[in-house]
Amino acid sequence: MNTLIQTDRFILSEAEHAAIEHEMHHYEDPRAASIEALKIVQKARGWVPDGAADAIGEILGIPASDVEGVATFYSQIFRQPVGRHIIRVCDSMTCYVGGHESVVAEMHKQLGIGLGETTSDSRFTLLPVCCLGNCDKAPALMIDDDTFGDVQPDGVAQLLEAYQ
Amino acid sequence: MSGMKTLTSIGPANRITRSEETHPLTWRLRDDAQPVWLAEYQQKSGYAAARKALSEMAQADIVQTVKDSGLKGRGGAGFPTGVKWGLMPADESMNIRYLLCNADEMEPNTWKDRMLMEQLPHLLVEGMLISARALKAYRGYIFLRGEYVDAATNLNRAIEEAKAAGLLGKNILGSGFDFELFVHTGAGRYICGEETALINSLEGRRANPRAKPPFPAAVGVWGKPTCVNNVETLCNVPAIVGNGVDWYKSLARPESEDHGTKLMGFSGKVKNPGLWELPFGVSARELFEDYAGGMRDGYTLKCWQPGGAGTGFLLPEHLDALMYAGGIGKVGTRMGTGLALAVDDSISMVSLLRNMEEFFARESCGWCTPCRDGLPWSVKILRALERKQGTQQDIDTLLGLVNFLGPGKTFCAHAPGAVEPLGSAIKYFRSEFEAGIASSAAPATTGQFVPA
Repeated sequence: MNTLIQTDRFILSEAEHAAIEHEMHHYEDPRAASIEALKIVQKARGWVPDGAADAIGEILGIPASDVEGVATFYSQIFRQPVGRHIIRVCDSMTCYVGGHESVVAEMHKQLGIGLGETTSDSRFTLLPVCCLGNCDKAPALMIDDDTFGDVQPDGVAQLLEAYQ
Repeated sequence: MSGMKTLTSIGPANRITRSEETHPLTWRLRDDAQPVWLAEYQQKSGYAAARKALSEMAQADIVQTVKDSGLKGRGGAGFPTGVKWGLMPADESMNIRYLLCNADEMEPNTWKDRMLMEQLPHLLVEGMLISARALKAYRGYIFLRGEYVDAATNLNRAIEEAKAAGLLGKNILGSGFDFELFVHTGAGRYICGEETALINSLEGRRANPRAKPPFPAAVGVWGKPTCVNNVETLCNVPAIVGNGVDWYKSLARPESEDHGTKLMGFSGKVKNPGLWELPFGVSARELFEDYAGGMRDGYTLKCWQPGGAGTGFLLPEHLDALMYAGGIGKVGTRMGTGLALAVDDSISMVSLLRNMEEFFARESCGWCTPCRDGLPWSVKILRALERKQGTQQDIDTLLGLVNFLGPGKTFCAHAPGAVEPLGSAIKYFRSEFEAGIASSAAPATTGQFVPA
């Protein structure tokens, strides 16, 4: 089954609706809340399903195509299903010098996925990320909201253990 | 106490000897790197400068003070802050104005704003309050990258504390001045740090840069006069206003043409990687040897970058250059963010540049052709050279791209920043690039570039 095609109608939850309405009032123009609205949907569902653009566009009073344009521009908005945990590996030149490619290789060995891929059990999605600003502790990575520094290949297994 | 969390920004800046007179940005840092909340911040003379600015100084005086201090932007470009402020329209009827803080710290090898926001959130709030007063901005946004989770938490808490204490909101400190401040978190993309792309992103659009002119001071967010300043820049404002221009101008080393202090750092395989607040004009050698402790045993310094991915590579002999714009300018590149990277002898320059250009190519917004198509082209060539499958033309093609993506030829500074390290790497380490040409490669034919 192709999970990328959604046939169910998308309906925002009341909580999502309220959160988006709340965000709108921080700006002169409701459009400004489009990124935050996508993040609200993603927080509740892990990713942004098709149909969310229509629902968000309706609240903000902008075309769904504009919302979709924003959704596809920003790297932290996911337009396809991702794993329960997101691993973001910093790929700055500082982390390169620190050996981040060997960390990515170790993750590939343990999880069977490369950058941009999700494990078959939907536990992890592995992504590259712009410099995490943790350069004195390179290589750095994030798992969900937690930031780690001085990550070496032999520490990867223990690091992943906490995220089931 | 529950909620005590070790912040990732803990480092040498917390440990070196600091004083209020010499370390205006970092003297309030705690040894344990916990955030300095309102009570402690006020005990450490926090918001005294804001009180002075709001009760004793005319708005024009604040602008003039910052102009006279010589403060320059700390985001990497080094544009004089007072001049930028002076571009805001004098027309009083344009009374909806915005102050944006560029907290989208994503420049590779830059970890200074994270430390300030995580540990000294009130310093930024105070800096923005004073700056907003000077610029007559009624509202401010801190454009923060989404990955800085702790910074978002701490800034939001600081804003709540400041609101409750009457330091934000209506009629601040009885001055009649109103200012509200919001944290806006981003959703990725390096280009959001470009100030007009940041404005588009804040408006909820794709973060493509805008054409200049008009400059944001005339037509910014929602078409209104807008000033965009970096976190560290704004954090300099309270001490300048509080202690005065003469004091500020005494901070830097006499050899420096820039004034004040700068968060400087060294990373890579050095003994003591970290971040320190230092006066402009220290030598890179002092930063590298005395603060970072030189290279770790078994590693030799091959080259270094003075301030972020967009600055050029320099050789060990250039370490005597002084850390200020003109000092680094003399050896052929820019100071950038002032957080340097040591590249050791185990690193292949071709592979390093391949990594860097992969980043720049991925982060190109795609708006203008040279950047969108030129950067992936450079990646393709660098990957071939890395596999020793390059052709005889490859180095000329790379140098052609360095030229065609250089300053003035693209819509914004993204591509020029991407090719500056590439050009310098080829200049200093050409033989490493030549070694990537396949031994069976056909001899070079006519170049594909005509000079621009």
